[in-house]
Amino acid sequence: MIAPDALKGYRGAARDVLTRFSVRVWSDVEMDTTRGKFTGIILPRSETADDRHIVLKLRTGYNIGVAVSTVKEILETGYREAHYKIPEREFPYDPAKPRVKLLGTGGTIASRLDYRTGAVIPAFSPGELYGSVPELADIGNLETEKLYGVFSENMGPEQWIGTARAIGREIEKGVDGIVIGHGTDTMHHTAAVLSFMVQNTPVPIVMVGSQRSSDRPSSDAAMNLICSTKVAAESDIAEVMVCMFGPTSDQYCLLHQGTRVRKMHSSYRSTFRTIGDVPIGQVSPDSIRTIRKDYRRRRKDRNVTIQAVFEPKVAIVQYYPNMQPDIIEALIDNGYKGIVIAGTGLGHVNKPLYPALRRAHDKGIALFMTVQTLWGYAQMYVYDTGRDLMDLGIVPAENMLPEVAYVKLGWTLAQTTDLAEVERIMLTSYAREITEREPHDGYLIFQAGAPWLQEHFRKFWK
Amino acid sequence: MPITPRRIPAPEETDPSVYRDLGLKSGLEVHQQLLTARKLFCRCPAGPYRADYDAEILRHMRPTLSEMGEYDGTALMEKKTRKEVVYQITGDTTCTYEMDDTPPFKVNGEAVDIAIEIALLLGTSIVGELHIARKQYLDGSIPTGFQRTAIVGLAGRIPYGDRTIGITQISLEEDACREVEDRGHLRVYRTDRLSRPLIETVTDPDMKTPGEVADVCRIIARLARGTGKVRTGIGAGREDVNVSVTGGTRVEIKGVPRIPRIPGLVHYEAFRQRALLDIVERLKEKGLSAESFRTARRPLGAGDVSLPLPSIEHARSGDGDFALLVLPGFREILPWPVGPTRTFADELSGHIRVVACLDQLPNMLFEGDGHANEEFWGRLRRDSAAGPDDALVVVFGPAPDVTMAAGEIEARCRQAFRGVPNETRQALANGETRFERVLPGPERMYPDTDLPPLAIPDERLERIRAATLPPVWDREKWLRALGVPAHEAVPLAISRRYTVFRRAVEEQGASPKDGARVLISLFVALRREGCAVDGIPDTEIDALFGLFAGGRFAREIFPALLRAMAAGRSAKEAVAGIVGPPAPRSEVEPLLRGELAASTPAPEPERRARHILGGVMPALRGRIAGAEVRRMLAGIAGEVRK
Repeated sequence: MIAPDALKGYRGAARDVLTRFSVRVWSDVEMDTTRGKFTGIILPRSETADDRHIVLKLRTGYNIGVAVSTVKEILETGYREAHYKIPEREFPYDPAKPRVKLLGTGGTIASRLDYRTGAVIPAFSPGELYGSVPELADIGNLETEKLYGVFSENMGPEQWIGTARAIGREIEKGVDGIVIGHGTDTMHHTAAVLSFMVQNTPVPIVMVGSQRSSDRPSSDAAMNLICSTKVAAESDIAEVMVCMFGPTSDQYCLLHQGTRVRKMHSSYRSTFRTIGDVPIGQVSPDSIRTIRKDYRRRRKDRNVTIQAVFEPKVAIVQYYPNMQPDIIEALIDNGYKGIVIAGTGLGHVNKPLYPALRRAHDKGIALFMTVQTLWGYAQMYVYDTGRDLMDLGIVPAENMLPEVAYVKLGWTLAQTTDLAEVERIMLTSYAREITEREPHDGYLIFQAGAPWLQEHFRKFWK
Repeated sequence: MPITPRRIPAPEETDPSVYRDLGLKSGLEVHQQLLTARKLFCRCPAGPYRADYDAEILRHMRPTLSEMGEYDGTALMEKKTRKEVVYQITGDTTCTYEMDDTPPFKVNGEAVDIAIEIALLLGTSIVGELHIARKQYLDGSIPTGFQRTAIVGLAGRIPYGDRTIGITQISLEEDACREVEDRGHLRVYRTDRLSRPLIETVTDPDMKTPGEVADVCRIIARLARGTGKVRTGIGAGREDVNVSVTGGTRVEIKGVPRIPRIPGLVHYEAFRQRALLDIVERLKEKGLSAESFRTARRPLGAGDVSLPLPSIEHARSGDGDFALLVLPGFREILPWPVGPTRTFADELSGHIRVVACLDQLPNMLFEGDGHANEEFWGRLRRDSAAGPDDALVVVFGPAPDVTMAAGEIEARCRQAFRGVPNETRQALANGETRFERVLPGPERMYPDTDLPPLAIPDERLERIRAATLPPVWDREKWLRALGVPAHEAVPLAISRRYTVFRRAVEEQGASPKDGARVLISLFVALRREGCAVDGIPDTEIDALFGLFAGGRFAREIFPALLRAMAAGRSAKEAVAGIVGPPAPRSEVEPLLRGELAASTPAPEPERRARHILGGVMPALRGRIAGAEVRRMLAGIAGEVRK
């Protein structure tokens, strides 16, 4: 009798064949098939893969799939179970070094193989981290706590609130800096919401992840982790930040303000960009260089305010030409309390939406306008459309990024439902989510082609 | 009698029985680029190579765990070298996939088909599903730090003389970057070659002499070329050669660019292994053991080593460290020859060159190397209180590199007690080799989680099998049986015009001799005069053989016609232009009647017909088929008889 778990991932026809020949996952086998003989260890199969093949690991380390329809005979000759485990080494303690807390929420910053899906899942402990990135011990005394183990798309209000509270606890305990491991997809949402939920932090709070999972030799995980830990331990920047690769080369990371950062490429290492501003600083494993000087400084006190609340009935609506009013109507009818619109240009939507928007306003729904261009301000006086929309009760949210306005509105509506107060809070800049001025070098998107730029590409690592 | 170094013979003075006595076993890994339009995992064009580049990026590599939870030895070694790896990006042949900034796209189906075709020709068992694996390469030759590779077929056989050679496996993989430079802690690569589709054919260690290894390599290369679907030219095919002798270990000689160099490399590697095994015996004789072996390290001042050598001056001018290492009992081992020009000391030097990045030679000094005099060594010997049997070695360079070098030298000496270390070695021009890196094992394999497995259903296999030509050795046999002479049969069997030949003979009715002569000898001659015959489409050559078999022209006119076709004319146009228009019946009939009237009736009608045809054909040659004229003559003769 074979325990059901011994056929990990195998379904249907493949499962039948394994059962028929009394073999299981990790069996060392010789298979005779119509295509020839194959020898190796039966591996677990991804649950999303078909039920017509059995996976074999050959002696050479290669894997192959054998079609079950070709199998004539399977003979078990042994059994060898694999344990994929990052070697753990006890993290050394040095009383002279700063105390850094690493809070884990998930992502591929430290990861291992998941046989269920065939993809990678996060792994995480000080010992594992020290085993794979020993440089961390030169920076500080690292403690870790796994808050969650989720991909970043599964982060939401519950996790945001839990993370904010954990940060508060750690600051009170006296840590010198906090690093938060996070999947990259929604890292900027979490960075923004933490910028509001954690106010007046006396220590650096640094979010970090990796664009190439840490099970790859060329992963960006190690440098991101080293740089972010260095900032948490040594820098005087008491802000919520994102610390990720600056260029695609292994040269330095950039420190982005939590409310001004955005993931801008689905796969590049240098995906995080500060929008409409310059980054706070540049970090390499050897040095921290600040670029902006107006950040809040590290303090000795522990006077942090944790305001971990979130109203989930908030939506973000990306406007597109031909948008039908029923989208807005649906939000009203479903009891939404706030809507952030990402409008075109300076902050516009089409006329057919007006009645629905008026109804939303009449129902007491908070309405804010941001720009889908990402760079620039919502400036609704310039064209008639903007003035019309303001008459309907839509408030321009300055140069707040759409996602930032979204999480801020959820945070605000959990504190008050008084629209005047909501507007006051939304238009008050707490963490640079609104800036009074946009610097001339806050919008740098180079376009290839100009000879001076091509020359630059040839000469400098990018 | 104590064991002493043995003479290392040259290959040409070595009898095959010597290799048998050594227990020589050798296998091959033959790499062959496939002729596809695009790369394996992205949509970049597969070529051409560039002399310049458009941008540079910098990467570092860190070892990661295998699927079975282990680190690979090679990976750990590469980690020690602390290399900065710079990639020179060629924009026209490189996208963000090769830069490892975009996940792979679906695998190139054209490449999969070609790999399966060759796997079938090698007689391997084709897998049910292709699983892409990541094979770690921490030398930086691939920006991801691994090569995407997949097994296509396993356990095949190819004929060799009166026996067969086992094929372990054939895999489909992406090619690595071209190395531009490797100096100190910096490596530079160009990305144009990166990710071109490649097959790797691995043989069992079935070859017993250096000559056999080269023979089998030629067979495998011919087999692949015979499909007409692989790249040719410099760098399109490369070989790794695995060598071991009885008591030795598998050593892999990497990147042999030309087959004629294989026998020398195999020969000298066999004797290097024999020498290393002799050293094991000698150390045993001396009562030394790996467990108790310790080197002593003493710091030296730059002033202690003032020799006029560029590498030493370089170390002196910088912040270089100098250290003396005392290797107990190794004084007679260091100068022990392991090749015609190399000694055991070169093994040590090779390791620190690679691992400690001390690549300016000489990167170490030892007694008897000819760089320093007796007085120099006498002083060091006195100061260090080394025993008379102990070897002295001086290493120098940047402090961390010197520390790394001291550790590596001790480790390599310890390996000397066990014999032949598992390593990959770089081929040198004289047939010798030098240390390249630790031999990687199965620990460097990891499943690629970016792409799902690709099923190879029976229908796909059958489609490819149906379109696959017989293996090249069977083709050659068939050609010889048809009477094609060897000097044409051998190249024709792997020619991409082989199928044209087959159609010319089987469908157009051309004689095998004519077909082979035109497609091989005549093509060679025309190529030599600069004529672009290789650009003529197969279909036009088919048409040309059709016209020839139909009697439209004589074989002497082939060169003129092919020249015209190489210049862009179709077969029909060329024949019409050079041979002239077809002769209409109205032109032929009067000629026949005249000739018939003038000829005297012969007792044998056949003889008379030949005579008449001989009279009219010179005027008609190539413009009407002889058979047609003969038919017309029979008709006219019949009329006359009535």
